[in-house]
Amino acid sequence: MAHEVQNFNLDQKFDFNAGIKKSIMTVLLIGTALLVVGVVLAMMGGGHAEEGAEAGGHAFHWYQRLFANVWINNVYFTGIAIVGVFFFAIQYAAQAGWSAPITRVMLAFGNWLPIAAILMIASFFVMGHDLFHWWHAELFDKASSEYDAIIDGKGAFFYWPMEKGTFPVFYIARMIIFFGFWVFFFTKFKKIAAAEDQLGGTSHWFKMRSWSAYFLVFFAVSSSVSAWDWVMSIDTHWFSTLFGWYVFSSWFVAGLSAITLLVIFLKGKGYLEMVNENHVHDLGKFVFGFSIFWTYLWFSQFLLIYYANIPEESVYFIERLSSDVYGGFIFVNIAMNFVLPFLVLMTRDAKRHGIFLKLVCTLLIVGHWVDFFLMVQPGTLGHNGGIGFMEIGMFLVYGSAVALVVLGGLAKGNLIPKNHPMLEESYHHHI
Amino acid sequence: MERDTHFVLGVYEDEDVLMNAVKEVRSSGVKIHEVYSPYPVHGLEHALGYKRSRLPIAAFLFGMLGTSLALTMQFYMMKFDWPMIIGGKDFAAFPDFIPVSFEMTVLLAAFGMVGVFMVSSNLKPWAQPRIFDVRITDDKHVMAIDLAVNSGMGEEKIKEILASSGATEVNNKSFDE
Repeated sequence: MAHEVQNFNLDQKFDFNAGIKKSIMTVLLIGTALLVVGVVLAMMGGGHAEEGAEAGGHAFHWYQRLFANVWINNVYFTGIAIVGVFFFAIQYAAQAGWSAPITRVMLAFGNWLPIAAILMIASFFVMGHDLFHWWHAELFDKASSEYDAIIDGKGAFFYWPMEKGTFPVFYIARMIIFFGFWVFFFTKFKKIAAAEDQLGGTSHWFKMRSWSAYFLVFFAVSSSVSAWDWVMSIDTHWFSTLFGWYVFSSWFVAGLSAITLLVIFLKGKGYLEMVNENHVHDLGKFVFGFSIFWTYLWFSQFLLIYYANIPEESVYFIERLSSDVYGGFIFVNIAMNFVLPFLVLMTRDAKRHGIFLKLVCTLLIVGHWVDFFLMVQPGTLGHNGGIGFMEIGMFLVYGSAVALVVLGGLAKGNLIPKNHPMLEESYHHHI
Repeated sequence: MERDTHFVLGVYEDEDVLMNAVKEVRSSGVKIHEVYSPYPVHGLEHALGYKRSRLPIAAFLFGMLGTSLALTMQFYMMKFDWPMIIGGKDFAAFPDFIPVSFEMTVLLAAFGMVGVFMVSSNLKPWAQPRIFDVRITDDKHVMAIDLAVNSGMGEEKIKEILASSGATEVNNKSFDE
């Protein structure tokens, strides 16, 4: 049987040449410059510290804003990295044929995971006390005036098996276990993929499928719990039962946008010739569909809280909507992550042509950063937050670092899984 | 429509032969009325040069109609017709209206799309379908060519083209309607 896909160069590798590296480094330098400007401005803005002290509680220090920024980007880019691996696993678990030539692009995002793990764990030790309200021993001390019965009730979730208010063993254990397994599954996938390129045959595909299924089970639990740990616990009193899904959907849309952008970028550079507008169309549908899914979860969370109007729940939105710092960003968030992608990507042509997808995916990557900004900053900084030089700089620094690591990882292996049993099917994919 | 219609039918046994035949027949200048087959043949609609369906536009318009109807209804009822305080909210509490508006959008888009599809495909209950050949529900592909549309070309010429394109049978079929 003739395989038409054999007409293409299946041995191609991504050449991470000096030109691409240089442009990413330029972004990195611009980001660093903006970050330095932002830090200097924050250090000089001493007036804020007094306001913070007046408002009661802790005095505000400039470095808290830096910490919050590090945390936003830690969580956000960890999400994009793990979604790459997750989407890869979905393709195998669902026995998808259409996506065969772009699976390695998805997997490449996992290269950020080991670095994300180190950054996240290290920054938790350095910044945890300033970011997380629950890391204050007096909250758990019945004799203290700061004693908080609600947080005391949740204390074991962070501190078990240690005494509440001492050292969050359970929390850190979860963080290490999640990252450990994520990195383990990622390296496992990479190993099987490398073996498949070397040896061929269908056995690797079946192996990949089983491991994907195990990973998906683990990810179903870990994605939710990590969202509670890393994001929801910032607003320690508050809770939302769909928060895990909400964070996951935000990650997923951002990750899908990043994958789509990278595929279009590679196609523009002349790689992945067998990927045509039909595959791009499918990626576009994913981006479009999951933008709506994100909106559905956002609105489900908002409507129930708004309608029931229970103080302990509605405080989350009051803190954001009635704030002069964050109020506007709620609407920016909806416009960028729902209205614009919904209107622009609605037609078939928009999903098949790179230019619209490039525009919308870039917008969504920034938009979902804004979403995480809105989740993290109000709880950590209060009215001292906002989007300034520091936020933009930190985002650019993290973004370009991720791009360097992901493209570097992509360049190491084959760009196309040349022995994937469904490569021919994918070439004939037609919608 | 009270007129007799006369067709020439080419019967094909294989889908690959059919696909090539469609291209051949079209390039020889014959306009194909329709191709009937027992199962969906992948890519046939492209070979026949069908334009994209405009059904999504109808769906969008009906959806918009649903949204506006739902919002109008709710604003009218809750703000003007019978204002009630519910949960201490405004009479015209916009977030409350979203779920109903969403449902109405989906409902009218779906109904409208089905309705438009039925009208445009002539799928009314009393419609008399033209049955070109009973074997199209079994194992034969049939290409129908309307002689009136291709009046510039002789019937014999069309039959010749069909036969040379791989049709195993070439038949005539007429309908009195």
